Amino acid sequence: MLNSGMPAKGGYFDKYGGRFMPETLMPALQELETAYLEAQKDKGFTRDLAWYLKNYVGRPSLLYPAQRLSKYLGGAQIYLKREDLNHTGSHKINNTMGQALLAQRMGKTRLIAETGAGQHGVATATVAALLGFECVIYMGEEDTVRQHLNVSRMKLLGAEVIPVKSGSRTLKDAMNEAIRDWVSNVDNTYYLLGSVGGPHPYPMIVRDLQTVIGRETRQQILELTGRLPDAVVACVGGGSNAIGIFHPFLQDIEVQLVGVEAGGEGLDSGRHSATINKGRPGVLHGSFSYILQDIEGQISEVHSIAPGLDYPGVGPEHAYLKDIGRVRYTSATDSEALEAFRLLSFTEGILPAIESAHALVEAVRMASSMPADKMVVVNLSGRGDKDVESIVQYKGEHI
Amino acid sequence: MSIITERLKNLVSSGEKGLITYMTGGDPDIKSSLKIMLSMAKAGADIIEVGLPFSDPVADGPVIQAASNRALANGAAAGSILQMIADARQEISVPIVIMSYYNPILQFGLQEFCAQAQASGVNGMIIPDLPYEESEMLRIYADEYQLDLIPMVAPTTTPERLEVICSSARGFIYCVSVAGVTGVREHIETDLNLLSSTVRRYTDLPLAIGFGVSGPARARDMAPFCDAVIVGSALVELIAEQKYKEMEKLTEDIKAALR
Repeated sequence: MLNSGMPAKGGYFDKYGGRFMPETLMPALQELETAYLEAQKDKGFTRDLAWYLKNYVGRPSLLYPAQRLSKYLGGAQIYLKREDLNHTGSHKINNTMGQALLAQRMGKTRLIAETGAGQHGVATATVAALLGFECVIYMGEEDTVRQHLNVSRMKLLGAEVIPVKSGSRTLKDAMNEAIRDWVSNVDNTYYLLGSVGGPHPYPMIVRDLQTVIGRETRQQILELTGRLPDAVVACVGGGSNAIGIFHPFLQDIEVQLVGVEAGGEGLDSGRHSATINKGRPGVLHGSFSYILQDIEGQISEVHSIAPGLDYPGVGPEHAYLKDIGRVRYTSATDSEALEAFRLLSFTEGILPAIESAHALVEAVRMASSMPADKMVVVNLSGRGDKDVESIVQYKGEHI
Repeated sequence: MSIITERLKNLVSSGEKGLITYMTGGDPDIKSSLKIMLSMAKAGADIIEVGLPFSDPVADGPVIQAASNRALANGAAAGSILQMIADARQEISVPIVIMSYYNPILQFGLQEFCAQAQASGVNGMIIPDLPYEESEMLRIYADEYQLDLIPMVAPTTTPERLEVICSSARGFIYCVSVAGVTGVREHIETDLNLLSSTVRRYTDLPLAIGFGVSGPARARDMAPFCDAVIVGSALVELIAEQKYKEMEKLTEDIKAALR
């Protein structure tokens, strides 16, 4: 079976993954792995998580046939997996809910997290409020400006938001600071990592918690249509929503899986975050995977209109899925994403997160050239309210 | 016994403790960096650690982050820093250790890097984001090119980990004095006596304590628990202000406190 038993010992997906972290954190990572494996086997833990997902997060999320959009395109039927309808407005809470319960089990009192678009920060601040943790969120200073609505949300939820002024002042730098905080406060602090990157066991934990998306999707499409979709499309920054929806379809080889990276101003512009398309393997933030870097191994400055995709690395399992050819990784530019954002808004009355709009771009491309009896599922990983202001102001255009 | 181990053991048997100084290679530029190395050696550094700058130094505090940025902004790279070390090697005999995050070395090529480091007169390496579990490949090449791969241990390191880490250690054991990033600290709460006696149960190699050493007084406090003291941020702060004479003086004063 594809990916069965993965990751292997030490957190490896074939040659990708691992645990490249300072010694100070190694015992904490081992403790986390042990605690997680125990929790997985504990019926109390899985029952609590299921309870919160249903009664607090609002799962299962809908699988919505986007009939007007499909008709407008005149091709395959597009289905939207509505992760935007979760409490807090994105898929991120699937992960934070599970990890916060794990942190509680481990007796930690303080949650820290990095955030790009602010969706993971909001989802972390939310569960911290719900379960009574102290909470500190690191966010690149540039992102605090372009996503200031989310900064206010986190503060209202009782979290402290620390703007990170180093480097490119985006997600990568927020992650550096979160790691530095964890190294310094490892005794009482749980690092609630938001994506499928980072050192083992995070890529495994976050994947497992996000596969609820794919499991529901698979069941819902079978109930709705009696068969599996022809393609499943998701945007890929670090890759958590994508791995979450892809994973339960990995063995269904007739289902095309497509990851969409942020093409920024174009793959040849040097201003993009298309890590798998344009990067090389290396080590960043604790795992060996594709990264955008220069010849000396220094991490590149990246760009995307979508702060949640604006990251020079990608989860190691995606690197593996790319190498074995099970997932095709393509990209969408800023302006294509913007166009898809508008298209979904006026055909379906749904404002997608600008991150998720990248997945829509590819779904539109694919569906347009496919016959009407084919089906494409898009992971609509988040809602677009947070992006309204920056989209209205994009390149001085006014809607 | 490696040159590094021998140097530290000889110091201890003559009744003093070693001083290991850190500088970021290429900060603020290669030419100044060479002068800084020579000046550290002259001021009594027993081992010099030369950092390769990295864009995302997660184990470092603000002072060394800033040094990395300055060096990178001025075009420092592994190749030019190794060349600088080769130039310094013509004039000084003190052991030299490279401190680098893993990715720049990985991209250089592990074997190629070790070969060039040895040819440049480097004696050892410290890689803060390469824990024991991930270090096998580099250890093989390091041994082949007679470079000591010096491991770090922390107050959080368990006895089980200490045992395996020490079993493959070379040069000395780098004891991180606090759970945290590099940088000068007002207080160190770690029980250094306990840390050091625990580590010594697993190794005969010299112990060096680093992180948070601000000056002679702190170095003197730490000396009873180790064979050498590592000073980084306090010196790099002076380098940042281009106070090279003060940097040399601080090195001399700390060394004096260890005699």
